[in-house]
Order: sequence, then structure tokens, then C-alpha cells
Amino acid sequence: MTDYDAVIIGAGHNGLICGAYLAKAGKQVLVVDGRDQPGGCASTRELAAGFHISDCAQWLYQFDDDIVRDLGLQAAGLTVGRAKHTVALQSDGDHLSIDGDLLRGAGIEAKDQAAYPLFRQQMNVFAKLMLKLYRGRAPKLVEANWTDRLTLMKLGLGLKLMGKGNMQDLMRLVLINIYDVMNENFDHQGLKAALALDAITGTGMGPRSPNTVFTYLHRALGHQLQASGVVQVMGGMGALGESLKSAAEASGATVRMGCRVEQIVKEGDRVCGVVLADGSTVPTKAVVSSADPTTTFADLLGYQHLETGMARRVAQYRTRSGTAKLHLALSGLPTVTGLDNDALSQRLVIAPSMESIELAWNPIKYAECGHHHIFDISIPSIEDPSLAPNGQHVLTALIHYLPYEPQGGWDAHRQTVLDNLIEQLEAYAPGLKAQIVASELLVPPDFEAAYGMKGGNWHHGELSIDQALMMRPFPGSSQYSTAVPGLFLCGAGAHPGGSLMGLPGRNAAREILKQGVLA
Amino acid sequence: MITSPRETMLLTTPFHSRVAAMCPINEWGNWMGYTTPNAYFDVELEYFAIRSTTGVFDLSPMNKYRISGPDAEAYLNRMLTRNISKLGIDRVCYAVWCNDAGSMLDDGTIFRLGEQDFRLCSYQRADDWLQWCALGFNVTIDNESEDIAGLAVQGPTSCTVLTLLGCTGLDQLKPFGIAHFTFEGAPMMVSRTGFTGDLGYEVWVAPEQAEALWDQLFECGRDYLIKPIGGHALDLARIEAGFLQAHVDFVPAEESVRPGRTRSPLELGLEWLVDFSKPLFNGRLALLEEKARGSRYRFAMLDIEGNKPAEHSFILKGDKVVGTVTSAAWCPTVKSNLAYAQIEAPHGNVGDVLTAEIYYQRELHWTRLMAPCTVIDGPLFNPQRRRQTPAPAL
Ligand SMILES: Cc1cc2nc3c(=O)[nH]c(=O)nc-3n(C[C@H](O)[C@H](O)[C@H](O)COP(=O)(O)OP(=O)(O)OC[C@H]3O[C@@H](n4cnc5c(N)ncnc54)[C@H](O)[C@@H]3O)c2cc1C
Repeated sequence: MTDYDAVIIGAGHNGLICGAYLAKAGKQVLVVDGRDQPGGCASTRELAAGFHISDCAQWLYQFDDDIVRDLGLQAAGLTVGRAKHTVALQSDGDHLSIDGDLLRGAGIEAKDQAAYPLFRQQMNVFAKLMLKLYRGRAPKLVEANWTDRLTLMKLGLGLKLMGKGNMQDLMRLVLINIYDVMNENFDHQGLKAALALDAITGTGMGPRSPNTVFTYLHRALGHQLQASGVVQVMGGMGALGESLKSAAEASGATVRMGCRVEQIVKEGDRVCGVVLADGSTVPTKAVVSSADPTTTFADLLGYQHLETGMARRVAQYRTRSGTAKLHLALSGLPTVTGLDNDALSQRLVIAPSMESIELAWNPIKYAECGHHHIFDISIPSIEDPSLAPNGQHVLTALIHYLPYEPQGGWDAHRQTVLDNLIEQLEAYAPGLKAQIVASELLVPPDFEAAYGMKGGNWHHGELSIDQALMMRPFPGSSQYSTAVPGLFLCGAGAHPGGSLMGLPGRNAAREILKQGVLA
Repeated sequence: MITSPRETMLLTTPFHSRVAAMCPINEWGNWMGYTTPNAYFDVELEYFAIRSTTGVFDLSPMNKYRISGPDAEAYLNRMLTRNISKLGIDRVCYAVWCNDAGSMLDDGTIFRLGEQDFRLCSYQRADDWLQWCALGFNVTIDNESEDIAGLAVQGPTSCTVLTLLGCTGLDQLKPFGIAHFTFEGAPMMVSRTGFTGDLGYEVWVAPEQAEALWDQLFECGRDYLIKPIGGHALDLARIEAGFLQAHVDFVPAEESVRPGRTRSPLELGLEWLVDFSKPLFNGRLALLEEKARGSRYRFAMLDIEGNKPAEHSFILKGDKVVGTVTSAAWCPTVKSNLAYAQIEAPHGNVGDVLTAEIYYQRELHWTRLMAPCTVIDGPLFNPQRRRQTPAPAL
């Protein structure tokens, strides 16, 4: 049997990227995953005969171009579509198009049109700054209290060439919420809502929740990482996973699918291997987990193998999620009042106002499903006909918000919610219902079951400031190392967090190599 | 109207009616939220009861937790720095526990009542920490503080008095052993433990038995000059005997707010309580690192010239301040002026001669005394009767 320098738990995009970088550095690497397909949440599935959907993640918008280049992902089969603009659907059919700095339609006024590029510019300044923290490990805190956290942020962020005005704005904005920031800048309801959507996507927060400026910036720095902006992956998101697997293998890593890690094994103070589902033990110098932190520490290692303070942090780590997905197989291209075919292939969002987002959020606080939802829609088969039988289409939509577990359980609610979602869509796309060949609603526990992340959480744990940067996932286990020697984190639960970005995986590889633990 | 700055009223212990009746000087203190006497009649006479006859101390305010279940032993082994697997049934041990940083949270005694059944007796409230420690372990934790009344019965005639009370064969009980008796038809547990460094026992009953226990104990002990003792006398005895006190000799880590103010067991001279051969316990990694790197502080017991207690004194090496005193007393039995000090490493080795800067006041006149002192190797008070089995019974 090969002696591995590192065993990586999970062949999601981060696990594969980490594995590829470690293997490129000459390390013996094994990447293992319980699923049959590589890519984790970057996956494609057949919804109905001949209809293929991106089962979990659907948009690529912040995947680091450097990684694409370093790992030769294009040669390994990755093809992405054209850059998409965002079309914010309005109930009167006069939709708002957001394309780079350009705003069109929906009676957008000159004032907002002028304000928007300035706003983007400032956000880009902030995002660039944040990126400096994102491309490596986040600086550590000396003392774990709020004053130090803020001081550190002031220092870390402020240091760089922002100018006093911007710096003051950042300090002020980061701790407020996207609702107030939007109102400070714009008037148009639809514009404010479409932008605020980026802040709440994948979180358990509403637009008025603190932290939402931070999450907005997290997404906004996508522009700095991935020049193209929002795109779809040709062949479905699973193609990203496949290309990463090929690249990792080409770099010399071994990727083993269909084999869950059951346990992380410790010998003395150090982690020394993993036990696989087939009962075999794989010894290794380091275990690098891209499974979420709760799974890694509570399930695979076990609380009883952690010191109490650490166990307590794991138990308190927040993994609430409010994001669900709607998948439709359609007999034809839906008709959306006011949109031509090209517009239909863009990113379509239904978020009438920030109030409507906030109202959509309220019910999940009480484990209720609500009646009005926010949609982030893709009809990928327009640009990529291979995804559906000839002339037919698939539609996928990120839905905000649905609770992890509604009162009475999902069995009691699933069909009603699905019908209601379709009804809400029908209002914008008359005749849609009649086109439906197959439909499904996936809710947070479904993602938890299929992909393993606790709570079905987009980021493998809420991306709030107290769980971000040098505190991600928690103090004492940040910077990719953990409180347990020999155990590292490289998934979305590590800095800088979730979405298809690749930075946790690549940063972790760099950090592990720098530490020389595999030598 | 007079309002109290305190938000809640102090509680009384199950012995309160008897304690109050025997406390003519009415000098009360607040011990962990309970009204307890600092002294009953005279601190020195109370102290001498401990050392020459029998002193009785109401320790009901101590926090008592029952820890039971299949994982109870594993749970304690992870929480405590000691190896609890070595503790037999009906045995007690002194133990400390730390947080992940290896900083002391508290010390206390562990009573093994069964294979899967323990009692932890702690100075601090520990509900929160004990619950956090339970993550991943199949254990039940019950706070039984109010379900058990306790008396420390300490001193050379304590075994005799308790034997008269009905604890037949108590002289055979080894130090840190537990024996079970009945008192008025109800269970009474006696452990050969205490905080005085003398021959002594702790007696545990249900609160309903408390008053009768007190009455009969004092009845049996009358000819043996049994006396109740308050907090001050106990403090004197514990300093003489070399016992640390939470909040006095270290700040419990959960309560310290300033960086660097916590102490590790190594810094408190308690390395003998840390079993590094255990694969995992709270603070293990931090303490291993501290061992490798060297501790910041050293715990030192000082024998100081003169008879002025070195309370809160600075300790100097030449002109340089190298430490501070946490506990100090003129100890009557060993006739020494003792103090515990935290000395900055590398100072404070046994035999080192340092200087205590002592301030004392006589009629508003302050005097500064630079008293030479020597670091000694352990407590001077260590009588044979403390260890003897059979215990000296008259
Ligand atoms: C509903 C939903 C929609 C999303 N949409 C988007 C989107 O449109 N765009 C975007 O950028 N991001 C999106 N995200 C977020 C994004 O998918 C994740 O942040 C990202 O996939 C995390 O990548 P990862 O490699 O860290 O972990 P994952 O992709 O979760 O991969 C972890 C892998 O570890 C494996 N694993 C777990 N436990 C074990 C074990 N014990 N043994 C072996 N293997 C194990 C899992 O099987 C999985 O393959 C979405 C998330 C959700 C939940």
C-alpha cells in the first residue's frame, strides 16, 4: 500500500484543488469521497430521462482564474458559457437589466444610473482589499475579544491605499446591513432588491441582518477572481468537478470515489489516518478535510477526542441555512412576458423589493415555509442544448428562503411548497405549468443528505463576521490548521468560505506545504 | 428605606440554626452565596481546636456534582489532569481541571462511589463547564449541592468523636477512603479528607439529618473539647498545611479577564497532579508545550523571618521585584511565618533566599519591613496522625 503524505476527505472542488496543488508539489495524495461523482456541490444529475440539471450549485461567479490556469482546467475539459447579465423580473413585464455598469428598463432613473457605477467602484475598492485577506491565510488574533477583532480589521483592511473616505465608509458599512446601504445609494425598489439578493444568497440572514454587507463583499470580490462575471458551466456544474478530478489525477493525486471516510484516527496527540467505509485504515502524515467543520470534528473525529473548549466551539458553530432549489424539466421554452430568448438565457431574478426579501425571510425564523419566495433562475439549456432533449428545457432556481425543518416535517409540506413555487413562477411565465415534464424541490436537509454538509449550508457554516477570516471556522482552528495536530481544513468551512471559489482548497495546500508537515 | 447593594439574599445552610446558636460574636461572611461564620468565638482558639482537639466546619456551600453513566470515568479522565482510572471505589482524590489553554479552572475532590458513579466536590460553580465537557460522552450530571449537607470534623480527637457517634471501625479507614454508616436510619457517608492537613473527616448526610447530626456530634464531642470553627481558622490551618485556595492563590480561568493572569497547574506546583501519559485531557497540548518551553511562574512556599504576615507582599531578588504573595500567615503550630508566592521563573527554587517587602500598620503608622525569606520544600506541618492507619483513637 502507498504511504500517503496527505489524505483529503471530500472530492468537492476544494478537496480536489487542495489535492492537485499538494500533488503538484510532489506529495503523495489520496482524495476520497463517499459520492460517486467528483465535485461535491458542483454536480450534474439527471432529473428526468434526458433532462440534466446542476443539482446544487448553478452559477459560477467567483472561481479563481489563477486556479483555472494553474491546474489547466480548460485542457481538462472545463468550458464555461458567455457572461450573463442579471435580469430582475418586474410584475408589469418591464424588466430591469443589470449589465456591468449599465442599468436598463423598469423606469430606472438617471440618478440611480449615475449612482450605480460609483457604488460598484467603491465596492470594488473594498473587494480588492478583502481579496488581499482572501488569497492567503487571515492574520491571527492575539486576543480573542471584539476590540481586537475590530482593531485587526482596521489595521489589516485600512493599511492599504484606500484613502480616508473609503476607509471610514468601510468601517461603517461592514457592521451595518445591506438594506441600509442600498437605501443610502439607490431609489429603485427592483434594483435595490436585485443587489441585496447577492448579500443574502446562501445565508440564513435577511437584508436587514447585520453581516450582510460583509456577505455582499464576499460575493462582490468574485469580479476580482473571475473576470468573466456570472457564467454557467457547459455540460452542467458536474463538468467542473470532472475537470478538477482529471487535473488532480494529472498532477499525480489518487482520487477514490464511492468511499466515505468513517473516522479520523488519532494516535497520541496527532491524527495519523482515516478509516474508510470498506473498513480499511489509510495511514497518513496529514488528514485534510473538506467536509464541513461540524462533520469533521463532531462526526469523524468525535467530541470525546477533542478538548472541551474546542468541542464547545464545534457545538456552537452555526450552520443554519435558508437556501433551497427548484428543478423543472420543461417540454418547451417558457414564455416570460417582456423577455426574448437571449434575455431568457441570462440570470433571472424575482425579488420585487428588499421588503419582499425580508418578508420571505421572516417565516424561516419560526420554521415556517412562507408564501412568497425569492428566485434566482437559470435556464441553462438555452445556451447548452445538450442538457435537455431536442427543443426541451431545464430550469433551475435558487429559492430563498425555506427552513431546515418546517413544523410537521418536510413530508407534510414539500408538495404544497413546490406547487406554490410553480404558481409564483407562473405569474411571470404564463403557461409554464403546462410545460412541466418533471419537477422537484430540494430543501436544506436534502443537500445535507446528498452532499454531507451540516444544515445544508451553502458555506459549510454561516459566513458571519464572527465565523469569518481569522475566526473561520472558529478561533483555535483557523488558518487551515486545527487544534488537533495533523488535521487540517480545506473546504468552504475554512477561510475564506463558500461558493465555488477554490481559495480554501488552494490556500490550505499552500499553508500545509509552508508548514512542512508532509516532509 | 435601606436597600441592599446585593441583589439576592444570602442563603443559609442546613446547619444554620445550630451554627447561629453557637456564634456569639455574630461575625458572618458570604461564602459562595451562603451566610457562613468567619469566626464563632475566637479565631485562634478555633484554630487550636483543629490542631489539639476537634474542630467542626460547615462545608455545605461546597458545590457537589454527581457524575454517572457508562462514560463517567472517560469523561473525568478527559476533564481532569489526573488519571481517574487509578481511583478505586470508595476512594477520594484531589484533582484540578484546566481549560484548553492549560489554565486552572478550579480544584476539588473526586469521590468514586461506584464503577460508573462519581461525585465531584468543587469550590466554584461548575454546571456550565461540566455540561460542555459532556458533549460526546454518555454521562449524567446532577448538581446535588443542595441535596447534601456536609461537616468537616478535623483534629486529633476527630476519629474518637465520630466513633462515639456510631462510626464503628472508623479508625481503620485509610486517608482518602470512604466509609458508609447509618445515622438515624439514613445513610451517612464519611470520608477521611479535609482541608486542614490534620487527622480529619468529612461527614455527608441529607439536609434533613443535618441538625440532628450537629447536635449529636457536639454531644459526643463535649468531653473532647469539640468546637465549631469558622472560615478564618480554617484558612490559617490550610495555609499551614500547604493547600491552595481558588480565587486566592489563582484566578479561575473562566473568571479572569486580563491576559496573562491565569495560572497553569505547573505554575502552581501541581505537576504531580498532571498525568501526561493519558492520551487526552483538557489542557494537555498546552501543558506539554509549557513544559517544553518553561513556565512563566513558579509556586513557592516561603519561610519568612519575623512574625509579621507577608500579606500581599512583593517578593524581591536583590532590588528586583520577582513575585507577589497570594496567601500568608503566622502559623502557630509550626511557629513559622509562612507565605505562598508566585515567583517569576527562573527564581523561586528551593533554598533560594529572597526578600519579602512587608507593610504593617500600628495606630495609623505604616512600617515597611524588608524580611529575608527562604523558599522551602513543602509544608512544615505534616503530622504523623494525618497518615496513620489505624487512626489514633482514644
Ligand atoms: C443549494 C445550494 C446552492 C448553491 N449554489 C451555488 C452557486 O450557484 N454558485 C456557487 O458558487 N456556489 C453555490 N453554492 C455553494 C457551493 O456549492 C459550496 O460553497 C461549495 O460547493 C463548497 O465546496 P467544497 O469543496 O468546500 O465542499 P463540497 O462541495 O460540499 O464538497 C464536500 C465533499 O466532501 C464529501 N464528504 C463529506 N463528508 C465526507 C466523508 N465523511 N467522507 C468522504 N467524503 C465526504 C462530500 O460528499 C462532498 O463531495 C450552493 C450551495 C448550496 C447548498
